[in-house]
Amino acid sequence: METLMSILVGLLFSIGTYLILSKTLLRIVLGASIISHGVNLLILTMGGLKKGGLPLLGGNNLSYTDALPQALILTAIVINFAVTALFLVLCYRTYQVVGTDDSEQLRGNEDE
Amino acid sequence: MNNVVLLPIIIPLLTGMIMIIFRKNIRFQRAFSIFAILATGAVSVFLMAQIRAKGIQTLQLGGWQAPFGISMVADMFSALLLLTTSVVSFCCLLFAFRSIGKEREASYFYPMVLFLITGVNGSFLTGDLFNLYVCFEVMLISSYVLITLGGTKKQLRESIKYVLTNIVSSFLFLVAIAYLYAMTGTLNLAHLSVRIAEAGQDGLMTTVAILFLIVFSMKAALFLFFWLPGSYSAPPTAIAALFAGLLTKVGIYALFRMFTLVFYHEPQITHLIIGVLGALTMLLGAIGAIAYWDIKKILTYNVMVGVGFIMAGLASFTPVAMTGSIYYLIHDMIIKALIFLIGGTMIHLTGTSKLKEISGLIGTHPYLGWLFFIAALSLSGIPPLSGFLGKVYITQGTFETGYYWLGAIGLITSLMVLFSIMKIFMNGFWGETYLSEEMEKGTTKGLMFPIGLLTVATIVLGVGAEGIIEYVNLATESLMNPKLYIEAVFRGNVTP
Repeated sequence: METLMSILVGLLFSIGTYLILSKTLLRIVLGASIISHGVNLLILTMGGLKKGGLPLLGGNNLSYTDALPQALILTAIVINFAVTALFLVLCYRTYQVVGTDDSEQLRGNEDE
Repeated sequence: MNNVVLLPIIIPLLTGMIMIIFRKNIRFQRAFSIFAILATGAVSVFLMAQIRAKGIQTLQLGGWQAPFGISMVADMFSALLLLTTSVVSFCCLLFAFRSIGKEREASYFYPMVLFLITGVNGSFLTGDLFNLYVCFEVMLISSYVLITLGGTKKQLRESIKYVLTNIVSSFLFLVAIAYLYAMTGTLNLAHLSVRIAEAGQDGLMTTVAILFLIVFSMKAALFLFFWLPGSYSAPPTAIAALFAGLLTKVGIYALFRMFTLVFYHEPQITHLIIGVLGALTMLLGAIGAIAYWDIKKILTYNVMVGVGFIMAGLASFTPVAMTGSIYYLIHDMIIKALIFLIGGTMIHLTGTSKLKEISGLIGTHPYLGWLFFIAALSLSGIPPLSGFLGKVYITQGTFETGYYWLGAIGLITSLMVLFSIMKIFMNGFWGETYLSEEMEKGTTKGLMFPIGLLTVATIVLGVGAEGIIEYVNLATESLMNPKLYIEAVFRGNVTP
């Protein structure tokens, strides 16, 4: 299972990287978003999948699932959500002000 | 357990949140933000006194014992940086009062600065790797807002690159955290140090260490500085000075913490790489500073030279070099904010950042000229100003370790820095006065005070080194002995 997840994470990372390297701003935002999902899956996989029962006191299980990665992912999701929202708004505003969503034309020059 | 440790994070956070409600009341926001910074500064002085008397102060959040809960740890290194952060942000805020403009003030400028400081202080104080990520994000998201605040074409264009670079490096940070968690099963820095010391730092662990090095290098502009010149020249002066003084320094702090507390077992690999990156950063930064004829560009390239030089101290990894690095880091935070403020004032007066169009400012603004001269000498490390002592110690450290090339590059780039900064002085302040006072685009009214204050700080740091070095030595001691940090966090409890 871990191997399968790792391959999936790698797949998500490569798709995300491909999108980030493209020219359109919207694709860059989507690429960043996809990588963030890959990262979350990676944290989950690194904590170990499907080991033992619920991490509750008084249960019958002697081995517990590690709850920490899930707490980490929750935080990471919230932060990534905020950053992606901000990034989308920023891209839209840039499109409005600069008049292009092509990152090639966002280089600018010294004399303006 | 010491609840004071949390105050430098809580004060700016709460005041920032309250200020959001009073958006229109700018006078209240100004007064309240100054109050928050002064209170944070006072708390950090208090913390320094406590740490000096009783050793490293810790707080386990919610009373959860060390490896399970989140620990906040204040050692002398963090406390010194907290105090410097307060000084720098105080001066930048004073500068902003006169220069930032009504529109930005009404668009949550002050709350964002305070949230930025929350993130910076949080990064300095946290004893947990994931919490460090969260504090980094708090700081970065505020910086995204600050860099775009105003929404001019140039700001938007540069901020896209800045935001994307930082998002990618944050992903890498999370990836590195995930790998480290899989290998050690903990994220508490003290616990990580114990576990890695027990298990040994094998090849895989060193690889993860280098991943962390890449992440923090991106934030600290150590070699991976491609994003810095553009994004630091886009925002208004007060914000750029705040960024130059604080943001890259947080990355440097993280590098110091990780490579003295956790990954210190293989210095011939990791620390050598840091040394090589530092040398390259110094050289490339100095070449950039010499090549450009634009004030903002010259100053931003000088930021990189400083980063490279501090890293030379970490690469040497001897007590002397560490003392030098800590001292130089404090000096660098103050001096970078100072030269950005002075450079910004020059641009404010003349309306251009092109050095060839500026001349003879010393005729109309003698004080600004001489303050810049003092700052320039301090930046390049002329005694008795603050840059000197740090440079001596770092160079001595590199020679002790046998990295003669590193020390030599540090000294050569110091000369290049002196040349680049004197270029601004000679072209900008000397020569024929083009502009009479009536023709100027702005005034220095109210801008001189924060600049003077930072100049006094750099002189005090240099002349009063005897008193300060005692604290710096305490910081070095806690960095060079991971045991002190670990004992302070676990307080005699059994490490699981």
